[in-house]
Amino acid sequence: MKTYMSDQEDQMTLEPQGEDAPTQEQSAVDAMETVIEVDNVSFAYIPGTDVLKDISMNINKGEVTAFIGPSGCGKSTLLRCLNRMNDLIPRAGLTQGEIRILGTDIYHPEVDVIELRKHVGMVFQKYNPFPKSIYENVAYGLRIQGVNRKSVLDEAVESSLKLAGLWDEVKDRLDSSGLGLSGGQQQRLCIARTIAVQPKIILMDEPCSALDPISTTIIEELITQLKQEFTIVIVTHNMQQATRVSDRTAYFYLGELIEMDETTKIFSNPSQQKTEEYISGRFG
Amino acid sequence: MHDIAKDQLVKKGQNPFASKAVKLKRRDRAISFGLGAATYFILACTLYIFADIAFKGIPVVLKSEAPFVNFEFFTKSPETLMTFETEGGETYKMNFSEYSQFKRDHPDVNIVEEHSHAYSGGGIFGPLVGTALLTIICITVALSVGLATAIFLNEYATKGRFMDSIRLAIMNLAGVPSIVFGLFGLMFFCLFIPVVTSEPLERSFLAIPLGGGSYFSFEGWGTCMLAGGFTLAVMILPVVIAACEESLKAIPMGFREASLALGATKWQTISKAVLPYAFPGMLTASILGITRVAGETAPIMFTAALAHKDELPWQAANSIGGFFSQSVQALPYHIYTVAARIPQSEYTKPMQYGSVFVFMVLVMTFAALSIFLRIRYRKKLKW
Repeated sequence: MKTYMSDQEDQMTLEPQGEDAPTQEQSAVDAMETVIEVDNVSFAYIPGTDVLKDISMNINKGEVTAFIGPSGCGKSTLLRCLNRMNDLIPRAGLTQGEIRILGTDIYHPEVDVIELRKHVGMVFQKYNPFPKSIYENVAYGLRIQGVNRKSVLDEAVESSLKLAGLWDEVKDRLDSSGLGLSGGQQQRLCIARTIAVQPKIILMDEPCSALDPISTTIIEELITQLKQEFTIVIVTHNMQQATRVSDRTAYFYLGELIEMDETTKIFSNPSQQKTEEYISGRFG
Repeated sequence: MHDIAKDQLVKKGQNPFASKAVKLKRRDRAISFGLGAATYFILACTLYIFADIAFKGIPVVLKSEAPFVNFEFFTKSPETLMTFETEGGETYKMNFSEYSQFKRDHPDVNIVEEHSHAYSGGGIFGPLVGTALLTIICITVALSVGLATAIFLNEYATKGRFMDSIRLAIMNLAGVPSIVFGLFGLMFFCLFIPVVTSEPLERSFLAIPLGGGSYFSFEGWGTCMLAGGFTLAVMILPVVIAACEESLKAIPMGFREASLALGATKWQTISKAVLPYAFPGMLTASILGITRVAGETAPIMFTAALAHKDELPWQAANSIGGFFSQSVQALPYHIYTVAARIPQSEYTKPMQYGSVFVFMVLVMTFAALSIFLRIRYRKKLKW
């Protein structure tokens, strides 16, 4: 797999039984369209102490990719690099490497971070609807782009809420506050708000960690539906969630990408000892 | 089950929980009594002051017959009160304007004993207007500058030692005595700040000709409400900045992140996802600021206030600029004048207590309003 770090590739070729499987996968990966390419990326919040170390991976179109790993392993940091949310933190930045989304280096000076974020939406750990009406929450992204025509907004709000599976629950009270909804509904409202801007990629940073099991199930079902239209990258603490929703899983440990492969493979037959220890619950 | 037999058991010394540390217990009681006494003492003092002002002030402001309110007190400006006794033994008490009229109407009356009590007649219309204008100017200036500073400090500035020292400097301003602000206002706003004028005053520090007969002259605004309002604004800026910053900090980071992640610019985020939710907090804080500003005497005594002025600002001015360059009377300064700078007598009391009472009610109303608004918005905006 070309997406691996080179030393891992070497390791794999050394194993005789593993030789056949990767070559088969190689062709499968090539058939997929890559939307995010992370190339030897290192990242530091404070110059000198890298929290991401030489990460390389490809994320495919129309797939759900899960980032797993123990707390502080850098999975959220990498996610926030993908839409440059880390720009908000002074002095933080990539110390090496390149992230290309849709073929463009997103840290290039010519790239407008505002435009980037319109293409790469984000759903946060703590659901954060604005204290506005449900309608205005979904319309927010379009309004800041200067769209004010009611018919356009109405249509976008309806289709986004439908896509987020929230329409039937809220269609009679679009004017009531978004904060009046239950936790799970608020998170779906946030997803609808993100969808309304029509991004290509949706980043989800532990979207279910503040929700009860039933709401979690609903959101997980929603994620599997959404991948038909969007590429989704999800950070999760919950390994079962990763197995349920994702196509491919990346395991991070101490800022390094230990292994990335198809989710079924990661959880049944990981190639790395560290991955196996983590998924079998021996630590983490 | 509580019966006598059980009581007996306890009394016989079989109660393992019987109190042993009698001394400790007594000390405990003494301390709680002492703490309570201090609290009630302060409460009693406050109540006494309020009650005294209310008892002596209410008869000035209200009347026993319809329309129950002494409108004269609110619609007339302060003037000299005349008291005199005629030969016939009758005593009179009237405002100076009425007194001249009286003498003209009754030329034959011989006045035996006559006293004048400065500022004790008329009402407090002039000071009320002056205080209102000063407060409006002050709040306008303080809120716009303070809000801008708070947004910059909280949203734009990179955190670091330089910003910390700026913040520290601003907060230190809050500890400066108000009389110092008064002197600063006199030196800066009254005597120094540059104005564009066709005839520079003699005291001008520097007059730069702009051509066409006009000059850019460092001569200040003179003693006027603009200078007073700005001086007050500088004085409450630290409070306003701190309050605005607190309100901004109270807005969850999640709102900013969500907005930015949707492709909003920084200013869009601040103006659409932060400020609308921070305004209630800023509003209540600035109303509290109003009550403080309205009560300040020291910063305005050199910069804006006069003890006596016959004309109201709009009567004396013939242009908008002229309006703002009028000096005014102000309620706190008026109270200071009638309480400390005129000979005291029984005739000066009504003006003193009436003014203080009105002022107290005004301040309390604003304070109550700010509390009411805060409670209301807290209920409305929850996240």
